[in-house]
Amino acid sequence: MKRGPIARLFLILFFAGLIATPVVMTRVSARNKTAAAHFDANSVLSRYGFYFQEVSRQAGINFVHQAPSLDPQLAPIMPEVASMGASVSIVDYDQDGWSDIYVTNSREGSKNALYHNNHDGTFTDIAPQLGIANLNEPGTGVSMGAVWGDYDNDGYPDLFLIKWGRPELFHNDHGHGFTRVSEQAGFPKWINANTAVWFDYDGDGLLDLFVGGYYNENIDLWHLKTTKIMPDSFEYAKNGGRKYLFHNLGNGKFEEVSAKLGINSRRWSLASGAADLSGTGHPDLFIANDYGVSELYVNDGKRFHEEGEQSGVGFSPKSGMNVAFGDIFNQGKYSVYVSNISEDGILIQGNNLWVPKEGISSDAPQYENMARDLGVELGGWSFGAQFGDFNNDGNLDLFLTNGYISLDRNRSYWYDFAKVAGGNSTIIGDANNWPAFDGRSLSGYQQKRVWINDGAGKFEDVAQAVGIKDVHDGRSVAVGDLWNQGVLDVVVANQNGPVLIYKNTVDPQNKWIEFQLEGTKSNRSAIGAEVSLFWNGQQQIQEVSGGSGFAAQNDLRLHFGLGKNPQIEKAVIRWPSGQIQTLDNLAPNQLYKVKEQQ
Amino acid sequence: MSHQTVAIPAQQPSGAPGWKSWLTLNNRFVPPLFITLILLLGEFTYGILESYQKTLLAIGTAILVEMILARIFVGKWPHVASAYITGISVGILLRSPAYWPYAVCAAIAITSKYVLRYKGRHLWNPSNFGICVVLFLLPASVAMLSIQWGNNMWSLLVIWLLGSVIIWRLRRFHITATYVASFLVLAVLRAWIIHQPVLAEISPITGPEYQLFIFFMITDPKTTVRSRKGQCVVAFLVAVLEMLFRFDQSVYAELYALFWVGPIAMLIEIWLDGRRKKQESTAVLVPSSGLVHP
Repeated sequence: MKRGPIARLFLILFFAGLIATPVVMTRVSARNKTAAAHFDANSVLSRYGFYFQEVSRQAGINFVHQAPSLDPQLAPIMPEVASMGASVSIVDYDQDGWSDIYVTNSREGSKNALYHNNHDGTFTDIAPQLGIANLNEPGTGVSMGAVWGDYDNDGYPDLFLIKWGRPELFHNDHGHGFTRVSEQAGFPKWINANTAVWFDYDGDGLLDLFVGGYYNENIDLWHLKTTKIMPDSFEYAKNGGRKYLFHNLGNGKFEEVSAKLGINSRRWSLASGAADLSGTGHPDLFIANDYGVSELYVNDGKRFHEEGEQSGVGFSPKSGMNVAFGDIFNQGKYSVYVSNISEDGILIQGNNLWVPKEGISSDAPQYENMARDLGVELGGWSFGAQFGDFNNDGNLDLFLTNGYISLDRNRSYWYDFAKVAGGNSTIIGDANNWPAFDGRSLSGYQQKRVWINDGAGKFEDVAQAVGIKDVHDGRSVAVGDLWNQGVLDVVVANQNGPVLIYKNTVDPQNKWIEFQLEGTKSNRSAIGAEVSLFWNGQQQIQEVSGGSGFAAQNDLRLHFGLGKNPQIEKAVIRWPSGQIQTLDNLAPNQLYKVKEQQ
Repeated sequence: MSHQTVAIPAQQPSGAPGWKSWLTLNNRFVPPLFITLILLLGEFTYGILESYQKTLLAIGTAILVEMILARIFVGKWPHVASAYITGISVGILLRSPAYWPYAVCAAIAITSKYVLRYKGRHLWNPSNFGICVVLFLLPASVAMLSIQWGNNMWSLLVIWLLGSVIIWRLRRFHITATYVASFLVLAVLRAWIIHQPVLAEISPITGPEYQLFIFFMITDPKTTVRSRKGQCVVAFLVAVLEMLFRFDQSVYAELYALFWVGPIAMLIEIWLDGRRKKQESTAVLVPSSGLVHP
């Protein structure tokens, strides 16, 4: 070292500055979070325009999810392998104009619940009377989720039950009961699935069904022939369950056409959604896979083409657990939110917000991940998320639930998890090689996120301030206007935990508009119909969805926030049949029931 | 990784033609080429990188800081191979959604070579030091490559074979072999003590993080002791301390073990060298005192 003491001193100061940088950045970040947590609840309404109150008890909902109990050979790692099954879907099953709630349970012998909306702020579980409660009987598998769609166009949404086990289809008998029609439909005897979505991929006016397998369908998780059932890689696994695309033949029967139409995958699917992402008028299929990349199946009207890598969403493998579509910039295009895992100092995958690129001419849509830029990247061990305008300001916000396994607060399984997950495929793929959980937590007791969209490209987490303070192991989130008051309420299903009802209170100065669509040429549930709302010089699109988020389905009614003093220009509906219908002279704070023109 | 991540023989074989010297691997481009090969294989088969930009940022920062500091404190432009390896190691191993940790980590790693010195030798393996520092101080924003690579047997074998051949030719294989053997024996011991599956304890060494660790970090000639026997002892002690960290459920046990054992071993060697030199100088003075053995 040639230089003298002054140069050396500068060098040491420079080095000290470098070392101090992480410390300073950490403190700045912590101060911002602390500041957000200290807002006075009374000022929240004026500051953010809304707040939530958890009202499940007052609403008469006391449902607590129970996790499955699988083959005893898996007992040491049961919390991990049986870590899903809590789900929620919001549906008006009896078409009385009030949203009801269906939640699933997963312990053998446990019961699912259908909470009928009593129109007075309370709900009553009527699943036993209607025949859709006792669906977790030993030997039939257990529930993982539910999606609703009127597959026979009789005006009442039918129930497809996603299971690790026998997939079930229940016909809705005009809201008075349900009839099991699984055998007639022609579904397989067993699928270990965690996701399904209703959509009319061929535009024939009949709802088709996609089902994404997780564990291999040949595995009976209660009677294992081998313990080699785990993914063969943490991020490149292709030994999961197969995919199914059931084409609705219109006579109560379905034909499985996935391979014929180009869907061949054995990735470990956890979430899926369908929307016209490529602008062809045909719904595309987006699949978020655990232990690997996401897949984007572009629908050209005849078959599907996997364009994940070309579009940008299918290159970096993560742990996909959610698919939600939202027009976050009010520019008439969907962004896609995919949740992943982030654990301080161990695994920072970050969630993905896939935003469509501008000015790209390509058959497949092109996306870039802007989760970090927009501030919605880090959400812990993230699961279900949904877009919705929670404060009716005209911009779509984002609700995220999270938390994987909350057991002993002071002991973590992360060390053992990382140890095995990074190992060779022969090690990670065998459940016998995974150390016992022994009551430890794995990313447990996590704080949820409610990111409000400022409309200028930034999201701010206000969960603590607006009343979302639970730390359950969240799985499934669904949004809908439960009390018909022009706001989006949120229902969260927690693994091994209670169903939470977050009732929303919104600044009344912020206006709204809602649409309830009914197809005629299109499927009657209008799933796949897209509403473009034009107001105050901006445009927002929303789609009636046959399933989104994680094991969830939002209310089929579409809710738009409008902000203060809105001037609504028009709403343009693009029906799945291709028909365009324009609505003029719309007024705010109204629910419009729209039937597709014959 | 240090100036030379893996050992580079002091001299080229005399009279060897240029292409032979490449084949004999006696040049300082081999380690950068090897780690670049790992990077490219990993990226094109698995997409291992957080992003090209972040990796380039780490490499660029490391080279820039090295050039500036070497120019100022050594008085000449440095060979950038070692800085390249440090930067690429940070780019591969570090995981962060932000850009700045890549630059800061690379800068800390390179600067540590110029600051944390004793008797003319730097004590820490630079990338080990840089990564450990950001992991200690910034756990909310960074993680390490641990489970974000393929779990495929073939890619593992290719890297292990290629790495072993290169390390063998560079006469550092004994370090890698000692560490791996120690790890395996201690993994079995750990499994027996804590009643866990043996394969679970062996699992980490089959992961990508270890491939970089055993071929690049622990073999770094600038931050390992000089004697062959001493190198083996240090490798063994790293494995032993790693076991203790693993009992404490430290996810990055091997990095932290090297972080502590490496500099301590260096200091002991420097102290022993000093004592030896002192004894030699004393011996040189002996004739004048008349106390001379026959």
